[in-house]
Amino acid sequence: MDLQLLIVIIVDGLIYSSYLFMVAVGLTVIFGVQKVLNVTHGSFFAFGAYLAATLIGVWYNAELPAFGGFLMIFLAAAFLGVVFGLVIERGLLRYLYHRDEHIVVLATFAAFLALEDVIILIWATDPYFAYQPMELLGWTDIAGLTFDNYNLSMVGVSMTIALIMWFTLTRTRFGKILLAVIFDREMSQSMGINVNKVFLVTFMIGAFLGALGGAYVAPTISVQPGIGVEVVVLAFAVVVIGGMGSIPGALIGALVVGISRAASVHLLPEVELFVIYAIMAVVLVLRPEGLFAPPQARKI
Amino acid sequence: MTFGIKRSGALFAAAALLAGTGLAQAQDKVKMAVPTFLTGAGAPAFGIPAKKGSELIVRGINEGTLPAPYNTPGFAGRMVDAIIYDEAGGGTKQVTELRNKVQKEKVDLVVGYISSGTCSAVTNVAEELKILTIETVCGTPRVFEELDKNPKYVFRTMNHATGNNVSAAHYIAKTRKGQVKGFVGLNQNYAWGQDSWRDFELAMRHLAPEAKPSSKQQFPKIFAGQYGAEISALLRGKEKLVHSSFWGGDLEALIGQGSARGLFHKKDFVLTVGETVAYRLGKKFPQGLMIGARGPYGMYAVDDPNPLNQWFQKEYRKAYGEPPAQPAYQYAQGILAAKYAYDTAAKKAGKFPTTDQVIEALEGATFPTFVGEVKMALSKGHQAVTDDLWGVTVWDEKRGETVLKDVIVFPASCIMPPEGVASIPWLEGGMKGAKC
Repeated sequence: MDLQLLIVIIVDGLIYSSYLFMVAVGLTVIFGVQKVLNVTHGSFFAFGAYLAATLIGVWYNAELPAFGGFLMIFLAAAFLGVVFGLVIERGLLRYLYHRDEHIVVLATFAAFLALEDVIILIWATDPYFAYQPMELLGWTDIAGLTFDNYNLSMVGVSMTIALIMWFTLTRTRFGKILLAVIFDREMSQSMGINVNKVFLVTFMIGAFLGALGGAYVAPTISVQPGIGVEVVVLAFAVVVIGGMGSIPGALIGALVVGISRAASVHLLPEVELFVIYAIMAVVLVLRPEGLFAPPQARKI
Repeated sequence: MTFGIKRSGALFAAAALLAGTGLAQAQDKVKMAVPTFLTGAGAPAFGIPAKKGSELIVRGINEGTLPAPYNTPGFAGRMVDAIIYDEAGGGTKQVTELRNKVQKEKVDLVVGYISSGTCSAVTNVAEELKILTIETVCGTPRVFEELDKNPKYVFRTMNHATGNNVSAAHYIAKTRKGQVKGFVGLNQNYAWGQDSWRDFELAMRHLAPEAKPSSKQQFPKIFAGQYGAEISALLRGKEKLVHSSFWGGDLEALIGQGSARGLFHKKDFVLTVGETVAYRLGKKFPQGLMIGARGPYGMYAVDDPNPLNQWFQKEYRKAYGEPPAQPAYQYAQGILAAKYAYDTAAKKAGKFPTTDQVIEALEGATFPTFVGEVKMALSKGHQAVTDDLWGVTVWDEKRGETVLKDVIVFPASCIMPPEGVASIPWLEGGMKGAKC
């Protein structure tokens, strides 16, 4: 393999890995803390994309300063994080925490289907485009190929998210509380931790991250019905590979899948469709809990 | 008590009268089911324009305001009640929907279907249910070549996908003779994408033998949305020509991501259904692309002076504030086929026709459409053929729309296999019998 091809595979792989990490990290955060396999994550992504596309459109139509369009991306994600946190966690999940986890998955799946229709009610079926932030950043030549800077910036955003998550979990009081809740919910509660509040905040963070994934990707795609469906499948694959509930797992899972996919596109495109699920199958056979999931103590 | 009986009797009589009126009204209408994508990824590019085209043509038919020869109201004088419903959900769901429409809602005919998957699932069920079904958009040649070799109730009123890819190869051979040394494909990994590439590659083998296909074809997952690696692979490849049957959101994402990386300046693209998104993207749609519409529809029909076409263009823009793209034409054409068949059968029978009489009128028929004629020439008179057109996109500042230049018309006899010959053997055999 020549050096130019190797560099291109790495760059393509890193961009795709960043996309995967952005869509998967919120899912793994919610599962890690709340043990909820949240299918509505696909809706967070879709709502993030729609709201960001709408706000970006409004922003540029009003001829406001060009870089403000980026602000709209984060604003959309933050708003949705709060709204979904309140609506889904307070309105639905808190009534189900004591129920069998299969019921919870079905409930989030039902909410996902309902939210798909809500999207059509709000935005109808017409596609939305929000290409301005992508155009604004221009392009860079790497190894003789042109790459757009917006997609390259996704690598930076993903790394920033990973660093913030690591810092929060390991260096802050809230992180320690989270770890305590993850380790033993009942014991944390008996020690005076307001687990309900932790769950709400965690869900808001997870929803924010899901919506941010959609909002950040919006300028690169045509935002239209059904975009959340594809994403939730990919996010599950990455989370399963990395280990359910593990943030480093999501990062490594995204990297493994992203680089493998880029390599297959360049070297053996026939297996591109297969590669993600092949990796998932191998990991599930060799290490069913995923690459980075901590061993679970069995409670009696 | 007497009063009670009298009152009950009066109520019964009123109910009977109402029921009778309802029955009479039901009998005076033709109930037509129109499946199209109203939700999901197929809706924006195909489903919604198809719905709009259907609503408009049905309104024109019921009001009797269409130009001749379709200027009589209704189907054989009866008003058309169009029941438009969602095609999303996959083949199994659509089979159930079809049964519901036929057995519970008692529709008289079905006109629609976009997805090749849906057509594959419902074709034999429609035959079993004995329901006149006019498939409008789905492209797979398998419908009559494999699934339903002796059709009675099922028709398709436009070319199947083979014609589209053969005409694309003809266009390249004519306009870029000797210039294309190699070509590569970027198609979605499902039946439509794989069949489109196969037909194009086979046609190129005979029409431009000097052009060699790449050994690395890209088949990303449908609705993948992210094509960074595929764009890099295309940019690295030495092949100048790229064939793609992408549609809808996938095509729009490819255009957005590819434009930012100069893909459309560095490569020559042939987009077999590119017309479906060209209007929506406006100025963002790259210039200099070869795009198809699977027949004389949408952008290829915009300036045709046929009064029926001018009526459709004018009324569609007035009603929806946008130009009609190919799915709007293709659904409207299917409904026109039904009107033609009902009217012709009624004329022959001297009364409102039976389903068998309508089928007899449509089998092997030639009927006028928006641009030229549709000939039900293949598959024992159940598969239509039309001319196909190819051209290159250019932005028209005056109109504020993408238009086409260097347009070439390919007659149906040149691009579709002859009667009784399946697509793949015809292509593999060098397209014998084609009259170009």
